[in-house]
Amino acid sequence: MPSGPDDLGLPGAPFDDANAITQPDAAGRAVGPVGGGATGDANPDVPAPHLELKRISKHFGATKALDDVSVRLFPGRVHVLVGENGAGKSTLGKIVGGVLAPNEGELLLRGKVVRFRSPLDALAHGIASIAQELAVVPELTAEQNVFLGAEPRWSGYVRRRELRRRYDALCDAAGFGVPPGAVVGRLRAAEQQKVEILRALARDAELIVLDEPSSSLGKDDVAKLRALIPSLRSRGMTIVLVSHFLGEVLEMADDVSILRDGRLVRTGDAAAETEESLVEAMLGRTLDRSLPERCPPRADAPAVLSVRNLRAHGVNGVSFDVRAGEIVALAGLVGAGRTEVAQAIVGTRRTLSGEVLVAGSPLERRTPRRLLDRGLAMIPESRKEEGLVLDRPVRENAALSVLPVLSRFGYVRRGLERRQVARVLERLDVRTSGADAGTRTLSGGNQQKLLFARVVLSAPLVLVADEPTRGVDVGARRSIHELVIELAREGKGVLLISSDTDEVLAIAHRILVMQGGRIVAELDGSTATEEELVGASLLDRDRAVS
Amino acid sequence: MKSAVEEPLLPLEPGGPAGDGSRGYGAFGRRRIGDLRQSGILIPFIALFIVLSLTNTHFFTGTNLLNVLDQQASTLVAAAGETLVLVTGGLDLSIGAIYVLAGVTAAHFALVTNPTFAILLALLVGLAVGLTNGIVTAVFRVNSLIATLAASYVVIGIAGLATGGNIIDDFTHPSFGNFSRTVFLGVHTSTWVMIFVVVLLGFVLHRTTTGRYMYAAGGNREAAQLAGVRVRQVQILAFACSGVVAALGGVIDTSRVLSSPSVSNEGFGLAFAVLAGVVVGGTSILGGRGAMWRSVVGILFIALIANGFNLLGANPLYETIVLGVLLVAAVAFDSWTRLRQG
Repeated sequence: MPSGPDDLGLPGAPFDDANAITQPDAAGRAVGPVGGGATGDANPDVPAPHLELKRISKHFGATKALDDVSVRLFPGRVHVLVGENGAGKSTLGKIVGGVLAPNEGELLLRGKVVRFRSPLDALAHGIASIAQELAVVPELTAEQNVFLGAEPRWSGYVRRRELRRRYDALCDAAGFGVPPGAVVGRLRAAEQQKVEILRALARDAELIVLDEPSSSLGKDDVAKLRALIPSLRSRGMTIVLVSHFLGEVLEMADDVSILRDGRLVRTGDAAAETEESLVEAMLGRTLDRSLPERCPPRADAPAVLSVRNLRAHGVNGVSFDVRAGEIVALAGLVGAGRTEVAQAIVGTRRTLSGEVLVAGSPLERRTPRRLLDRGLAMIPESRKEEGLVLDRPVRENAALSVLPVLSRFGYVRRGLERRQVARVLERLDVRTSGADAGTRTLSGGNQQKLLFARVVLSAPLVLVADEPTRGVDVGARRSIHELVIELAREGKGVLLISSDTDEVLAIAHRILVMQGGRIVAELDGSTATEEELVGASLLDRDRAVS
Repeated sequence: MKSAVEEPLLPLEPGGPAGDGSRGYGAFGRRRIGDLRQSGILIPFIALFIVLSLTNTHFFTGTNLLNVLDQQASTLVAAAGETLVLVTGGLDLSIGAIYVLAGVTAAHFALVTNPTFAILLALLVGLAVGLTNGIVTAVFRVNSLIATLAASYVVIGIAGLATGGNIIDDFTHPSFGNFSRTVFLGVHTSTWVMIFVVVLLGFVLHRTTTGRYMYAAGGNREAAQLAGVRVRQVQILAFACSGVVAALGGVIDTSRVLSSPSVSNEGFGLAFAVLAGVVVGGTSILGGRGAMWRSVVGILFIALIANGFNLLGANPLYETIVLGVLLVAAVAFDSWTRLRQG
């Protein structure tokens, strides 16, 4: 960051410009309360809302995503939207950001009815959204992305130095930054989102909608991103945060709105809420905190999956057993080699040496199909990219692994298929409008349960589940945990790969902690503490082993 | 794990709903949102059919309609194969070249040996090219557009070399024409063969495990593979089918007119016509979406336009323009529906 005396004056220049541009808005804001007063019932003590959503409804075809929701967003406050997956919180965020238009109801920006035709239109009104799907140009640098389309120009040429000066000034003012010349596609997701936020700031946004990415970002990235919020708020910005992480979010929220099944449960001061009260309101019931008892595998239970000295790219000699009825977790930091082990086991990553035994017999040239035939099924890490065929109905996705059994001479016996699938969907409580519903229409949690339905149908001996609850709401997460425990109780071996410490501690019998492609520690799941687990993941390998 | 599903599934939770698991799921699922594309091509097809019936007395006659079907027999047969390839997530441009080489092979060997042998040999040629396409695409991971374009050049080259650029005629061996020109129940065998192939491949696509795997592989290759689908095998199979039926198309036409297709004219023409029809029908070039009936309606739709131009005496030069506009409209419609689903 250049900070010489020469530079100090110059960074101010673009911001003087910016102020000049926002001046009418500031005036508008000053006039706001008067306008608000004109609408009648506004309490003079309460500031006029920055943006008011009045009786908003939104439906997609027959599905009602939002039903008569009214929320007020106050200036300079952090407003958090919470709810289960599919409750409509993202939809509401998108309506604020102009990504979606409501079917009914209206938006009042400082008391005036507005209608956003696009995110760009919303941005012209000072509202920017940072969405779950990143919208940066990966090939361009951070500064180029930030000023994309608004570059300082001199008859068609970009004034690079001026661009850099403005960028630095912007980072200074925001209180955070990204190296200006960094190619955005090579940055990690949290940094990319910083670029997006800077871009919003460069466009003089006053209200930012942050839809917290639940599946694409790791937990530490989410935390980094969230750390920016106080500095944004101190700039006087209004922030709408769509989030899954209740506890952390509650700390920084000023206001909170809870949604359930597209309806507003309540909206109000965050100080009045606790994590438990939020969960209860989101689910419409109190969440039973206790999971079913983990019953340990029988002492003589045979190993259903054995990995012997497995080496692959990112896997440096890993050996372990999973016994029938046992839940073994592979824990460790991102990049410790957990997913790599899973990939090497199922054959999607080339094995250099070592062997994998399913039910005691070694299996070479492993492919997902051969492993399935031997009794090893897998829940892949990313349900959308590696799990589901989104264009096909629920029924076909559930039956995909067991079609040979559901067919005769290659002809699919659809009656049998329908019965089996309906039964397993019912058992796993996958909420769909029917087995023929489009897979795309399911919420994240139900899509994940659908993957479990596929696995349950194939009746495996061992299940390898990679991040089975990522991007899933609390309710679905709970039922997936119950299901995994139940599967183990029925005698299946489970290899759980998870970066979620709570999850690992809650359901695993045995925890194998990985570092640098090796197993560095083994903990007993019933006695291990979070400190032990985190310690083992972080500590120097030699010390951890001793 | 063969009998896993035949056995009762994992025990249901005590007190949980048991018994008739099919409860609540009707035999026909509720229509999904955004199913505009379900009927997409049917409406314009029926509209065109009615307009032509009303405006021209010669249109809605058995002779004319059967004639249209007969003329389209080879195109429809090839389209059935192309549909499998597209659904699986590939693209087969070599069907025109296979059509030519198979026609040439059949025409030549019908002269020197007997028609049955000639036809079988032509189909084997198609199978060989199709398998090669499949292996190059699935195993060596060459983009199928490029792989089959390359195959087209090679195959047309071979056909050109074999014939010296001439057309082989079988007028001296009219028995070869029996394959297409025999009339059964008032309809040419070429049409019967076409119906058989379309129904057979439609059955494979919509009612068998193979068809399911094709949709899965085309819809999400990665997921299909991890779910235990042998994706490569399915892809190779689709290309092999496409090769055989494209060859069958060549045999049908060669037998119908008793002379081999022209090497210079029809190499790419058929591939484009088939692709246009299949895509206009609503099968996606991005894989994973489509249906056999769509291809049939799409091809016939284009055929009706041609037939209409012919019957109404309109300038046939406009025909290709209309076709081009239609094609873009169909693909734009596909993109639009995808966009709406987000």
